[in-house]
Amino acid sequence: MEEIIKEVVIGEQEEYVINMGPQHPSTHGVLRLVVSLKGEIVKNVEPHIGYIHRGIEKMCESITYTQIIHLTDRMDYLSAMMNNEAVCLAVEKALEVEIPDRIKIIRTIMSELSRIQSHQLFWASFGMDLGGQTCFFYGLRDREKVLDIFEETTGGRMIVSYNCPGGLMYDIHPNFRKRVKEFIKYFRGVLWEYDAILTGNVIFRERSIGIGTLSLEDAISYGITGPSGRASGFSCDIRKHEPYSAYDRVQFNEVLYNEGDTYHRYLARIEEMRESMSIIDQLIDNIPEGPYFVKMKPVIKLPEGEYFQRVETARGELDVFIISDGNKNPYRVKFRSPNFVNLGVLNHITKDFKIADLIAIAGSLDFVIPDIDR
Amino acid sequence: MDKTQLGDFVKSLKPDATVIEGKQYTEVTVADTDLHSLAKKLRESEETWLDFLVCLTGVDYGDNFGVIYHLKSTKHGHMIVLKTRTSEREKPVLNSVCDIWKGAEFHEREVFDLLGVKFNNHPDLRRLFLDSSWGFPLRKDYVDDINIVSK
Repeated sequence: MEEIIKEVVIGEQEEYVINMGPQHPSTHGVLRLVVSLKGEIVKNVEPHIGYIHRGIEKMCESITYTQIIHLTDRMDYLSAMMNNEAVCLAVEKALEVEIPDRIKIIRTIMSELSRIQSHQLFWASFGMDLGGQTCFFYGLRDREKVLDIFEETTGGRMIVSYNCPGGLMYDIHPNFRKRVKEFIKYFRGVLWEYDAILTGNVIFRERSIGIGTLSLEDAISYGITGPSGRASGFSCDIRKHEPYSAYDRVQFNEVLYNEGDTYHRYLARIEEMRESMSIIDQLIDNIPEGPYFVKMKPVIKLPEGEYFQRVETARGELDVFIISDGNKNPYRVKFRSPNFVNLGVLNHITKDFKIADLIAIAGSLDFVIPDIDR
Repeated sequence: MDKTQLGDFVKSLKPDATVIEGKQYTEVTVADTDLHSLAKKLRESEETWLDFLVCLTGVDYGDNFGVIYHLKSTKHGHMIVLKTRTSEREKPVLNSVCDIWKGAEFHEREVFDLLGVKFNNHPDLRRLFLDSSWGFPLRKDYVDDINIVSK
C-alpha cells in the first residue's frame, strides 16, 4: 500500500517534461513550449520555434524594395501598417526623399488605428486565455469597426500593404474622416466595459497581479520593448525618443509602470489605446490637401550603405536594417522583430510560477508567431 | 555624448579600432578577438553605459562573415554601431556577448542557425528555426533545393 502512494507522488520529486503546443489555443499560433515541471511548478520553459519560418530575410535579397513591403505584412499581421511604414521610412531616408505632411499624418493615423485594433485583439484573447469568454466577443466586436475602416481605404483588412516607398498606395476614402471620428466616439463610449469586465475582475486580478514579474534591469538586458517593457519602467517608446512621421507634432504620454507584472503589462495596453485615440483626435481634422505619393523612379536603387530605421509597432520596437550594394535588390535585410526578442525572456519570468500562470504570462507578452519566425 | 565624442572615447579604449562617423551613428570596427573586451568596456563605462542591445545582425561578406551590433544607452540616449568580422569562412567563430546582454542569446542562435557562425561561451547554441539537416540559408552560396524563387 505504501509503495503505491510513493508512486503517486513521484512527480513531486523529479522534473518531468510536457509539450505545450505547437497546436495549443493559448499560444495563438504554432509555438511549441517544452515545459519542465516539478509537480505544478514550472522549472524551465524552452521555446521551439520555426514552424512557420518562411525565410523572409532571404526572400528580400532577391526582390525589389517595393516588393518587400508585401512581405512585411506577413510578419506581425496585427501591426501590418507599422511594418510597411518601417521599410518605407528606411528607403525614403536612404534616398533623402521629402515626404509631404499629408502622407505623414495619414500614416500616423493608420498606425494608431492598427495599434488600437491590435490591443483590442490582445484584450480579447488574453481574457479568453484566463477564462473570460465574453472578452473575446466584445473585443472582436470593436475590432471589426477598425478593420472596416481599413477595408474601405486599402481594400485589405489585415494584410493591407498600404504604405509604399514615397507615400501611400491609394488616397484615403472620402468617408475616412467621418468613420474614424465615429469610431473614436464609439470606442470612447465602450472602453469602460473593458475595465468593467476584466480589469476590475477579482479572479483576473488574483491571477495576474504579482505574476511573472520582470525587473527594469532585466527588461533592458533582454531588450524587452513595447508595452511589455514599459510595464517594467523601461522607457523605450520610439515614438517619443526618435519621432518619425507625424509623432513629433502630437501630444501623448508614454505609458510607464514600475511593477512589471502580468497585470501591468495588460494595463499598459489598455492605457495605450486611450493615448492612441488622443493622437488620432489631434490629427484627424488636420489632414492637409495634396498628393498622396511622391513620384519615385519605377525601379528603386538605394545608394551603397547601411540604413537603420526604428519604428514602434503594437508589440515593441521593429528595426529594419538594410545593407545596400547599390543594386535594385538589397544585399541584406534584417528585421529586428519585437516578438522574437520578447520571447527570449519567457523562461526567465515564468520560473517558479505554476503552469497555469505560464498561460497568463505568455498571453501578457502578446506573441504573434509569424513575427517570431519570419 | 554626440557622435564625435563617442568615436573619440572608443579610440581611447581601443586605439586600433576603426571609427567612422556614419550618417546615423558612430560606426566602430574591431578585430574579432577584441570584440568581447570592447563590448564589455562600452557596457560598463559610466560615460557610454550601452546597456541595451537593440539589434544583432549577421552578414555574409563573401570572404568572411560580419556581425553588427546596434547598441543604445538608456541613460544617455546615444547609439553606436559595433562591427566585427570573422577571421575565416570555413570555421567562423566569434565570442558570445551573452554574459553582457542577456538578450543576445536568441540573436546569436539566430545568426548561428541562418549563417553558421559559432559563438564561443554561448550557453545553449543550437539550431533555432531549422533542423540540423539544413544548410545555412542566409549564406550567399546557399543553393535552394526547393527553388520557389529563382531569378
